[in-house]
Amino acid sequence: MGKRVVVTGMGVVSPNGIGLPAFLDSLKNGRSGIRFVPLYEELQMSCHVAGVPEFEWDSLKNYLSEVSFHGLKGTNIAYGITAALDAWADSGMSFDTDEPHWDTGCVFGNSAPDSDATKNVINKVDNKEVKKLGSRIVEQTMNSGVTSFISGRLGLGNRVVTNSTACATGTQAILMGYEYIQSGLAKRMLVGSGEHIDTYIFGTFDSMRVLSRKFNDQPERASRPMSASSGGFIPGSGAAALILEDLDFALARGARIYAEVLGGAANSGGQRNGGTMTAPNPAGVIRCISDAIASAGIDPAEIDLVSGHLTATMADRQEIQSWSNALGRSGKDFPLINSVKSMIGHCLSAAGSIESVACILQLIHGFVHPNINLEDPNPEILKIIDEGCIPTSMIKKDINLVAKANFGFGDVNACLLFAKYLKE
Amino acid sequence: MTREEILNELKSVFAPYTTNKEMLANINDQTDLITDLKINSANLVDIIIDAEAKYNIEIDYDSADKMINVGSCIDVISEKLNQK
Repeated sequence: MGKRVVVTGMGVVSPNGIGLPAFLDSLKNGRSGIRFVPLYEELQMSCHVAGVPEFEWDSLKNYLSEVSFHGLKGTNIAYGITAALDAWADSGMSFDTDEPHWDTGCVFGNSAPDSDATKNVINKVDNKEVKKLGSRIVEQTMNSGVTSFISGRLGLGNRVVTNSTACATGTQAILMGYEYIQSGLAKRMLVGSGEHIDTYIFGTFDSMRVLSRKFNDQPERASRPMSASSGGFIPGSGAAALILEDLDFALARGARIYAEVLGGAANSGGQRNGGTMTAPNPAGVIRCISDAIASAGIDPAEIDLVSGHLTATMADRQEIQSWSNALGRSGKDFPLINSVKSMIGHCLSAAGSIESVACILQLIHGFVHPNINLEDPNPEILKIIDEGCIPTSMIKKDINLVAKANFGFGDVNACLLFAKYLKE
Repeated sequence: MTREEILNELKSVFAPYTTNKEMLANINDQTDLITDLKINSANLVDIIIDAEAKYNIEIDYDSADKMINVGSCIDVISEKLNQK
């Protein structure tokens, strides 16, 4: 039996709220963060809407020294720093330290550094202006830029890892941090992920024709997981971070405990038996959820809420089927299920961490957030689970155990189980 | 342009790269960029790029290597300005 791991701090930059109070309020009230982006229409994309945090660049001055702030242009890094430092402050930790925190590490993921920053490099190099690039470019175009800023600002001295598994990145980051602490390699881990969907990343998905294009004139209605009218996902940007701690270590410093990470699993469907570069092998998904449940040592009947991946594509039905098979529950016996993506879109690498923060807020505050835009539930889904399992308005309810999963391109899966912290 | 004028302008060039504002306000020829102003050595290249843009000059590698204190920065900039 490994060490118990608890969550002691959280920070979030979400399209529908920056900071825990704003995000909580939006979750409860089903507030959308999907907005019209005129540039996407101008560039003749098919999808003209996206989940965009209302981020004020100058707010970074509260987080970084003047020298670090000067020359920082990467939005992905800005979101990550904000979420990570907010989580650190929320956990009650001090920012000042001369000695590194040798017992504290970081796993923070992203899919790519900002391609806007890379574009600047390409333009200057091609224009024979390489000498004008300066010293601040590498740190913003290397994939580990975000973790470098976070660990440097906080003085983290244990393992510092940048992970990347597409849409499973955030969930996997939390799992990796959990495993490090559980095995005794670290006492505390700052975990999370970020994503900035700039024009170029947006364009690559738009070209795949996997984005919704039917609700360009009604942005808030565009992200429609589990609906018959869902026509693709809406990309979103943001970041979230969690502070995970060894339970005894957290108790010793008198930390406030939000929740416990009971277990988790990550795997791949091997791109076999229905699994491809872009679609999960259902056997891999089911095994991942089952392994997570086994690692947590719980009975699937105890799960109160499933926070699905549920992006609003054709894959939603198969995902529900896989959850049903893995949990051995269907019809009215299926747990409540929701998708944060109905409000914020699909935040890709940031999805797992933002949605995990949402799970823990629902545990702490005793509610289940609504699935907005669910006006016409997919009848194929209703053959598997009862309509009553998919709330369309907020439910006040004691939630003790939440299952969270995300699935990514490359046929990679990650699943976590969060529970209310109970003294034993 | 006098040495004193360049010295005063250099204060704004250095400003984004140092948190030592008191030292910055009182720089003289002997002020060392790294040990006195606590400028990260990696940022010296940014200061050179900013100075090139400010004075519309080109600072070659050999000249850049000499720019370790305020006096040598003024020497290099004056020299390049005179060559224009």
